[in-house]
Amino acid sequence: MSNQDIDQLVDQDYKYGFVTDIESDTLPPGLNEDVIREISKRKGEPEWLLEWRLEAYHKWLQMTPPDWAHLEYPAIDFQTMSYFSAPKNKDDAPKSLDEVDPALIETYNKLGIPLEEQKMLAGVAVDAVFDSVSVVTTFKEKLHEAGVVFCPLSEAVHSHPELVKEYLGSIVPQNDNYFAALNSAVFSDGSFVYIPKGVTCPMELSTYFRINQQNTGQFERTLIIAEDSSYVSYLEGCTAPQRDENQLHAAVVELVAMDDAEIKYSTVQNWFAGDDEGKGGIYNFVTKRGECRGDRSKISWTQLETGSAITWKYPSCVLKGADSVGEFYSVAVAGKKQQADTGTKMIHIGPRTRSTIISKGISTARGQNAYRGLVKVLPGATDARNFTQCDSLLIGDQCGAHTFPYVEAAEPSANLEHEATTSKVSDDQLFYLRTRGMSEEDALNMVVNGFCKDVFQKLPMEFAVEAEALLGITLEGAVG
Amino acid sequence: MLVIRNLHARVDDKPILKGINLEIQAGEVHAIMGPNGSGKSTLSSVLAGRDEYEVTDGEVIYQGQNLLELEPEERAWAGIFLSFQYPVEIPGVKNIYLLKAAVNAVREHRGQPELKAGEFLKLVREKLKIMQMDEAFLHRNVNEGFSGGEKKRNEILQMQLLEPTLALLDETDSGLDVDALKIVGEGINRMRDPSRSVLLVTHYQRLLDIVKPDYVHVLADGEIKLSGDFTLAERLEREGYEGIEAA
Repeated sequence: MSNQDIDQLVDQDYKYGFVTDIESDTLPPGLNEDVIREISKRKGEPEWLLEWRLEAYHKWLQMTPPDWAHLEYPAIDFQTMSYFSAPKNKDDAPKSLDEVDPALIETYNKLGIPLEEQKMLAGVAVDAVFDSVSVVTTFKEKLHEAGVVFCPLSEAVHSHPELVKEYLGSIVPQNDNYFAALNSAVFSDGSFVYIPKGVTCPMELSTYFRINQQNTGQFERTLIIAEDSSYVSYLEGCTAPQRDENQLHAAVVELVAMDDAEIKYSTVQNWFAGDDEGKGGIYNFVTKRGECRGDRSKISWTQLETGSAITWKYPSCVLKGADSVGEFYSVAVAGKKQQADTGTKMIHIGPRTRSTIISKGISTARGQNAYRGLVKVLPGATDARNFTQCDSLLIGDQCGAHTFPYVEAAEPSANLEHEATTSKVSDDQLFYLRTRGMSEEDALNMVVNGFCKDVFQKLPMEFAVEAEALLGITLEGAVG
Repeated sequence: MLVIRNLHARVDDKPILKGINLEIQAGEVHAIMGPNGSGKSTLSSVLAGRDEYEVTDGEVIYQGQNLLELEPEERAWAGIFLSFQYPVEIPGVKNIYLLKAAVNAVREHRGQPELKAGEFLKLVREKLKIMQMDEAFLHRNVNEGFSGGEKKRNEILQMQLLEPTLALLDETDSGLDVDALKIVGEGINRMRDPSRSVLLVTHYQRLLDIVKPDYVHVLADGEIKLSGDFTLAERLEREGYEGIEAA
């Protein structure tokens, strides 16, 4: 198969490219103190939160965008973006799905995630974020019985101010990095999850994000707190409509796990990747960090990244508690003219802490995929262990794969292993499968899914199916 | 079944096949023998549709249709099977997954219903037994970490499952010890059928002692230099290719 054929094979138009017509209450473009005050006022926030936002804003002003990533993009003009948008009927928020704007429901239907069906899907609670404000939250009753709090962060600010005050910014400090500082200043909304001591969350928690407002930056902020001996699995999936101008997405996710607690955080990310020249795609600058604060706690990140023009994302674990465990399982796809610089950080602080990193990078068309990972073992993290496996798969010959592993071990008893491979989908493999009766597309899918298997099997069942389907959609196209 | 006329093919501008003529009737087993570099493997690859080979002249008619127009998968659907000299590894893909996908892809295009998991398992167990393969094979990744002999057995297992009309077996005997050779050879023999043809490409006579061909052809420098019955293989074994070519 020629490279041109392969390019055609992996090329396809964005399946979810459409725009829902909903009147929005949007702030004019631009960022300054007044804008932040306005955001805080419209959200009815307490004074301390406004102060917190302003503090972050002033820190952000002193900072400069990171330039160390293997990414090329024009400087972002933060004054051309709007920092707040809400569906119009926010004040009389819907009590049930019946009250939700039908256009919204239609959007979810197009995305294949109708809430009507989702509601019936046993075991899945949906906190749907449409633009910046959460409009629908389901399954609250069942969660309430278990003592689990799962609500928009903006709501938790009022219902659980002491928790928000204590943990907000405690895992990802305001000035952690440029984009985290920006998020801290203007964050729109996101999920808040609190799992009390000894509680196993009775269902998988999931959130579907969606950008639907031209020129509107989205600044989700999620906070998950797992008390002693609790367990929660959180699923996050995104798609976005087709747009001409780049849209900035700078989310922050903070997780904290106490003694014997476990948090499983899974993401399927499918933001609009832009056209073949990368035009119009989402810029995705995300800070995700989990702190294993308690002994024997565990945090695992599992992600499938197929979208965005630019991905800058390093879900990390800070392993403070003794015997705590951090995991990172990732499949990142860069096609078209996408650029991905993604990986993880595992910071070993407590004794006998363990971490596992399995990263699978797939590059097609003119995509550039970089893995960047740090394994750091601080003094006192005796007998810390890390296993890193970092594999790259190239499809065609115009794409690139890059690996930047960093290791800093200050503890002589640490045991660190690193394996890395780079392979190409070979003509031999495709020909072999085609002689067995598989179409070119099916053959490619089979090879790629095999490559990703180690990661997909870490995803919750229903997500794994979705992930495989999404990967198939991402790689399919008109053949020949 | 298969008619090859004046077939010329090249790879990277280098001519490999220089006018092959061959006719195979239903039910026949033909052996193609020849020294290294004579074009044996190229012939089977061209017939299976590998596109790094460019056909520059001639034609191939399979069951009345122009074979060279078909994509590799279309040839598979039409009943052509190629057993690879070097079966390819597909990391992360379980053998059973490939086998099931292959069987159902071919069945679909033959208008047969898809085999359910239970039906398929029953069928594959039966075939495993014939090939004296352990069921653990099904759960290993395709050809990954397989020994040379295991890979070849796995190829013949696939042939058994796909039940081709025309089997192209490329150096299926290479890398096999005596016991495996016997299993593979008998596996091929079981497939012999008045409606099925086999093209055996091999360097040595040893597989032919088990799978007795109806015809033997000597390929050298891209052309069939000599054709005959089984005794030709025996002569080759005695005299070597040089002896034949000189004659």
